[in-house]
Amino acid sequence: MFTSVEDLLKAAAGRPLWRAVLEDDLRDRDVTEEHSLAQMEKLWQAMKAAVADYDPARRSASGLTGGAAALVEGGESGLCPPFLRAVIATALRTGECNACMRRIVAAPTAGASGVLPAVLIPLQARDGLEDVQMVQALYVAAAFGQVIASRASISGAEGGCQAEVGSASGMAAAALVSLKGGTPEQMAHACALALSNTLGLVCDPVAGLVEVPCVSRNVMGAVNALSCAEMALCGVPSAIPCDEVIDAMRAVGDALPASLRETGAGGLAATPTGRQVARQMAGQ
Amino acid sequence: MTLFDIMGPIMVGPSSSHTAGAERIGLITRRLLGEPPVSARLLLHGSFAATGKGHGTDRALVAGLLGLAPDDPDLPRSFALAKEAGMEVAVDTVTLRGAHPNTVVLQVAGAGGRSMEVNASSLGGGRVRVNAIDGLEASFTGDHPTLIIRNEDRPGAVAEVSAALSRRQVNIAAMQLYRNMRGGLAVMVIESDQPIWGAAVDELRGLPGIVSVTYLEMEEAE
Repeated sequence: MFTSVEDLLKAAAGRPLWRAVLEDDLRDRDVTEEHSLAQMEKLWQAMKAAVADYDPARRSASGLTGGAAALVEGGESGLCPPFLRAVIATALRTGECNACMRRIVAAPTAGASGVLPAVLIPLQARDGLEDVQMVQALYVAAAFGQVIASRASISGAEGGCQAEVGSASGMAAAALVSLKGGTPEQMAHACALALSNTLGLVCDPVAGLVEVPCVSRNVMGAVNALSCAEMALCGVPSAIPCDEVIDAMRAVGDALPASLRETGAGGLAATPTGRQVARQMAGQ
Repeated sequence: MTLFDIMGPIMVGPSSSHTAGAERIGLITRRLLGEPPVSARLLLHGSFAATGKGHGTDRALVAGLLGLAPDDPDLPRSFALAKEAGMEVAVDTVTLRGAHPNTVVLQVAGAGGRSMEVNASSLGGGRVRVNAIDGLEASFTGDHPTLIIRNEDRPGAVAEVSAALSRRQVNIAAMQLYRNMRGGLAVMVIESDQPIWGAAVDELRGLPGIVSVTYLEMEEAE
C-alpha cells in the first residue's frame, strides 16, 4: 500500500503508474491479476449503472433532493459547452441516486460518489475510450486516494468535506491526467492542485443528511478535477508537492471545529432554513 | 487499508458510514448469533440516533440482520421484509458514555432460542468495529476470520487454545485478551489470515474451561 506520492512515483518508474498500483494490490492482498482487474471492472460498471439508473421523478426521504440532473440536461443556458454540461449532470445523477437510496459506488465515500463518474463517464463517451482504459484510470485514482487516506483522511467526520469531495477531486484529477497520457509527475501535480483548491472545505450537511450541500459539491469536485488536470497536462505545476499538500490537509482537518465535521451543527446546517429542515425530519 | 477500501464498496446510499457500515454491523450480528434473528432491538447512539432516520441507518441495520448484501436494492424496504420473515423490530435511542458517534447496540434473539447483545461502531467508508458482545469488551472488525472465545479466567487457557490452533495449522494474525474481573470470565479475540476449519472450532469448544466459541467469517460477495 502506498503512503506517499513520492513512493508511488518511484514505483511507477519505467512502467505505467496504474500497473505499479495493480501489482502493489496483488502483493498486498495475495490475489491474482484477473481477480483484481475483475473487481475494479465491476466497480466501473456499477458506476455506469448508477448513472443509467437515474430517474428524475425520484425524491430523497427529506424531499430535498431529486430532479436536478434532469433540469441541467433539459436546460439551455448557453453558458457551458456540452461536455462540461454532461460532467455537471453526471455528478448530479450519481449524487441524487445516492441520496435516494439507490445503488452507487463509494469513491472514496458515498457522499463523494459523484465526482469520479462525473468526469470519467462523459470522457469515455466523448473520446470513445475502452472500458479497460477506464479501469486502469480507477487504479490511478485509488492509489492517490490511498495516500490521502493514510496521511490525512477520507472521512468527513474526521477531516471535513475536503476529505470527501476534496479527496475525490484529487483522485479524479490524477485519473484524468492518466487517461490523457500525462506523466506520473503531472498526475501528482493535478492531484495536489485539486486538493489545494478544496483545502478547508467544511462538512455541514443540512439535517445531517448526505444531500445539501453534498450533491452540488460533487459537481464542484468534478469541475475542479477537470481544470486541475487541464493545468497539469499543460505543464502548470503545483508549487507545493502533493505529499505536503496532503499533510496540510490533515492539519487543516484537525483544526476544524466539530461543528464543521459532519455533525450537522454548523455552516449551512446551522442556517435558519437548515435548522427548519432538521426539525421537520426529527418530527417524521 | 487495501485499494478496494478506497474504491468501493458498491452500496445502497446515502452514506458509507451510516448506511453501508450499519448494514455490515447488522450482518456481523446475524453471523455472530449463528441463526436467523426473530426479534431485534436497535439502540442508536450519537450521530446514528440524530441522523439515522434520514440516512436509513435503521433500515440498513435490519437489512443486515436479514442477511441482505450492502448493495441489495431491497435494502430501503427491509422493515417490510422483516415483517414477512417474522422478525420483530424495535428501534430506540441510547446515550453511551465515551462511545464512537456512530454506535449501535443490537439486542437480538434467534429462531433457535439464542440471544446476544452486540455493541458496534461504524468508523467511516463502510468499515466497522465490534466493541463488545453481551457487555464484555471484544474489539474486532470482521475483516479477517475471527474467533471469539469465552473462557474461565485461569492459568493455561490461552496456551491451550493457541496450541489447538497450531495443531490445526491456523496462523494467528492478531490476538487480544479481555476479562471482566480476575478469576471471572475472560474473552479471547483471535483473528486469522485464513478461514478456520469447523473441526478446529469444535475442538476448541471441547477444551476444558471454554464457555463458548463463536466463529465469524464474512466472506465477501465478489
